Amino acid sequence: MSFTTPEIAWAPLAPVIIVLGAAAVAILLESFIRSAETRRKVQLGVSLVALIAAAGTAIAQWAALEGAGTVVLDGMLTVDRQSLAWQVLIAVFGTLGALLFAARTRAGEEAFTPLGSVAPGSTEETLARRKGFQVTEVFPLALFAVGGMMLFTSVTDLIFLFVALEVFSLPLYILVALARRRRFLSHEGALKYFLLGAFSSAILLFGAAFLYGATGSTSYAGIAAGVSSVTGVDAMILAGAVMVVVGLLFKIGAVPFHSWTPDAYQGAPTPVTAFMAAATKAAATAALLRVAYEAFYGLEWELNWLIWAVAIASMVLGTVVALVQTELKRMLAYSSVAHAGFILVAFAGFPDGALSALPFYLASYGVATLGAFAVITQVREKAEDGTVLGEATRLGQWAGLGKRSPWLAGAMALFLLSFAGIPLTAGFVGKFVAFAAAISEGGWPLVLIAVIASAAAAFFYVRLIVLMFLTDVPDGQEDAIEIDHSPLARVVVIIAVAAVLLLGIVPGPVLAAFENAGVLLLGAAG
Amino acid sequence: MLDLTWLLIAVPLASSFVLLLAGKRANPWGHWLGVAASGTAFLVGLLAFIQMLGLDEHDRSHAVHLFSWIPGGELNLDAGLLVDPLSMTFVLLVTFVGTLIHIYSVAYMEHDPDRRRFFAYLNLFVAAMLLLVLADSYLLLFVGWEGVGLASYLLIGFWNHKPEYATAANKAFVVNRVGDIGLILAMGLMFAYLGGLDFQTVFAAAPEATTAQLTAIGLMLLVAACGKSAQFPLQSWLGDAMAGPTPVSALIHAATMVTAGVYLIVRSAPVFEGAPAAQTTVAAIGAFTLILGAVIGMAKDDIKKALAASTMSQIGYMMLAAGLGPIGYAFAIFHLVTHGFFKAGMFLGAGSVMHGMSDQVDMRRFGALRTAMVTTWVTFGLGWLAILGVPPFSGFWSKDKIIEAAFVGEGAQPWILGGAALIGAGLTAFYMSRLFFMTFHGKARWTDGQHPHESPALMTVPMIILAVGSAFLGLFLAMGDRFSTWLEPVTGHAEHHEPVLPVPVIMVATLLLVAAGAWFAWRKYGAADVPETAPAASLATIAARNDMFQDSVNRGVFERPGTHLTRTLVYADAALVDGAVDKTAHGFARTGESVRKTQNGQVRSYALTMLVGLVIVILVVVQGGL
Repeated sequence: MSFTTPEIAWAPLAPVIIVLGAAAVAILLESFIRSAETRRKVQLGVSLVALIAAAGTAIAQWAALEGAGTVVLDGMLTVDRQSLAWQVLIAVFGTLGALLFAARTRAGEEAFTPLGSVAPGSTEETLARRKGFQVTEVFPLALFAVGGMMLFTSVTDLIFLFVALEVFSLPLYILVALARRRRFLSHEGALKYFLLGAFSSAILLFGAAFLYGATGSTSYAGIAAGVSSVTGVDAMILAGAVMVVVGLLFKIGAVPFHSWTPDAYQGAPTPVTAFMAAATKAAATAALLRVAYEAFYGLEWELNWLIWAVAIASMVLGTVVALVQTELKRMLAYSSVAHAGFILVAFAGFPDGALSALPFYLASYGVATLGAFAVITQVREKAEDGTVLGEATRLGQWAGLGKRSPWLAGAMALFLLSFAGIPLTAGFVGKFVAFAAAISEGGWPLVLIAVIASAAAAFFYVRLIVLMFLTDVPDGQEDAIEIDHSPLARVVVIIAVAAVLLLGIVPGPVLAAFENAGVLLLGAAG
Repeated sequence: MLDLTWLLIAVPLASSFVLLLAGKRANPWGHWLGVAASGTAFLVGLLAFIQMLGLDEHDRSHAVHLFSWIPGGELNLDAGLLVDPLSMTFVLLVTFVGTLIHIYSVAYMEHDPDRRRFFAYLNLFVAAMLLLVLADSYLLLFVGWEGVGLASYLLIGFWNHKPEYATAANKAFVVNRVGDIGLILAMGLMFAYLGGLDFQTVFAAAPEATTAQLTAIGLMLLVAACGKSAQFPLQSWLGDAMAGPTPVSALIHAATMVTAGVYLIVRSAPVFEGAPAAQTTVAAIGAFTLILGAVIGMAKDDIKKALAASTMSQIGYMMLAAGLGPIGYAFAIFHLVTHGFFKAGMFLGAGSVMHGMSDQVDMRRFGALRTAMVTTWVTFGLGWLAILGVPPFSGFWSKDKIIEAAFVGEGAQPWILGGAALIGAGLTAFYMSRLFFMTFHGKARWTDGQHPHESPALMTVPMIILAVGSAFLGLFLAMGDRFSTWLEPVTGHAEHHEPVLPVPVIMVATLLLVAAGAWFAWRKYGAADVPETAPAASLATIAARNDMFQDSVNRGVFERPGTHLTRTLVYADAALVDGAVDKTAHGFARTGESVRKTQNGQVRSYALTMLVGLVIVILVVVQGGL
């Protein structure tokens, strides 16, 4: 048995290598820089430089790309415009996320616990806090997650898909557990996320095994060939395909694989929620697109039922349950479940249009999500003695926010309107192109439900807007809320507002760019 | 000037932003900025109109390219404006009446601490309404459509310190969302069947589409129109919308926004031309609503709600005309314009009455106001004569034409539609005369301490101008078929059809019914004493007082099933998800050990959900596939 070293084309991998390399360096920095304060600044710098460089490299590759793309690592990875588009998106989300990670209150407190390894409420924790410890490992962890996600968008082999999935999931599990306040909730969310994530990984792996058994290949191209060579229907292939898809639906957060979302979203430190909500959904959508269009295109008819059922369940349950939430982060979690349904609508019938519509949809959803959570980090409870406490996430606490801080409340209103899909916001154009894609393949009834669901969803978004602007601050609560303007969070809000407006009013250039991304190198479609 | 029509939208929009962002320091001059913005828009519209008059009839449709909105791909869409006689008519109506109402509001809202914000919303409304009528594609129209909805919502709930007003705003929002779904679906269908969303593409492709496709699009457009224009079965919000300040009722809920549905139907004429079934449905809905609104109007004691019912009924006339095809389009818009004048005038009159009567709206506590408020009485009277359709006042010229057109056709249709229009005229005469006599004639039934007085000139002058319009505009526009000829490039030339009854017969019958209605009203509410509280009444009257139980129907048909769905899903999810949070909350108080126990249990049930989901999915897919 001989082993030949595979030929690796390093250049097309540059964006991923930059991010993962920076993550490795950042881990080393942890041991070499003593002062927590310096470490934090250096880590933020390293993250920003790496992520921006990765985005820049990906854009440069996009411009320089000849033909449809390059196959790397013997077919394990494909670098084409579709994957580059997603990589840029994820790097941008990562950049905004890193800014939020570094944001801290005026009292100098960040969102993360001073020491992750001690029990909540213990003396060690108090000591660590007093000594000014900081978990600056969050930056390299986030970089690893971003690197894994970028890989996730480009893989064309089920084994590598699984590896990339774990590379980005494991750091996220840890990040979710690191909240500074309400640490039990944070631990709970992280544990649930981890256990269920492991469960879904197992399902995905199980599906890969089925597919390998049926087709003798783990590469998308090989599976596609196996699918088309089988006459009639092979239960093994179908079961395998369903399991792989379900594994990815878990990451997207679609019903009935959504149960981790509310707890993880609520428990995680808000910057992590922001990053995770935007980037994970984008990465998982990208991976689902690729596996669906490159490996399972021949199963379109069979899988369509699954897509329809899950899309409808997600939209209906996400919308309806979000209506009755009284906790802001949980409400946004259920809203993200509904958005998972809207994303799946674009898949109905595997239309070509989805390949360019979904990057736009996720871009619009991602910036609005990052922006909304960035706003949440700045609305704080205040104790009677004037100390600023944790985030005020009960809906009632947001009453009259428009009077306390018109700009912040206005930005939040814009993000909510974008979620609701009101014209002149990014969300409207995103929904429009996604639904148009579904219609082109006859997904009519699904779009009908989607339109009704988004109309109903407008209620809970608008309810919060009404609460912020048309309701007065309850008596006696005037001093219970503090707007904690942290400069870095404010930068994120400003960027998100600009992006939501730009993508909503002049979406042309971005849509045109994604139009070019709608061609897969190996796709049966397009 | 035609290329500068974007200023029509930009100026009020910019003013609105300035007023919202400038904060309190703009309080002393903010309202005048609002008036100036609206006035500027009117001037721009007027200049563009004059330029358009100088053009040849066939060159009057002018496209203004703004920017490339959604380029490339299957859907290629530019944001642009379409300036043609139809949109120009709306531009003039909206900016002229709008400016008058802005001026009126300066005095009406004088004592309101939030006057600046009020004007910001009014400007926002004007900008959105102009975008709606000037848009050259359905998508851009939809932007304006949502914009006017937003402005309407903000203005209905302007006095949101009263909870019931905030509820009214929410109701308007909900019902309008139903209409919006119709418009979105219509756009989706157009995109799928006709290949585009701009008017040009849609109208060019419409003749090739099948009747079924066009009918589906037409019906969805009708749903949209019903939501915005308060037509059956989506009419319930309009009465509650009267919670907004009266100038808002005059501008948005009488003269302009509520007529957007009529605009939508007339603008989409090429779609409806290929869908006779949809067209007939439009006419039928219009005819039904005009009777329904009139019946509700007969029983209302709240002056604004009676006027709101009347608006619903009059828009029913316009819808009826719009559903008749090319012979009706011009009259629908004609009536829309005259109605814009006389109804806005009457609403301002009602506002003036409320202003002088400490915000009293119960007509049973009015009476004999003609001596106390002479200007209001005369201007309101002219509006009253106009809506009754008494010659030679404006309403006569527009409404009579609609009744005539409704009698054109074959089979039973002209008799039903024409009959409804005819009866509606009689009912209108009754309830409007009832309103007029109860308010201005009879004995004074004022509550103690009322000292009715005439309103200041800032309020009366706009009323006088609108009253002049109510009196003479119809005659002016009807002479030599000026208005129909003006609209002809858009609505197409209508072949002349003879009604099933001779025209003089229809006219005489209408006038007789009107006279009878007014006479009954005089007997009951002018000459006789009006009780100060509503007397016990027949079942029919009670039904009408309660808006024909529309709210109860809505509750039974939509709200209850919706609530049940929510409860069920919430329960299902609570058993699995929310339970975890509750338990965690308790868990905080307990030891870490018990928390861990709860967590384990919950995760297991989560995983179980996923597993069950997976198994079901696999079974369905594999079974379905085999």
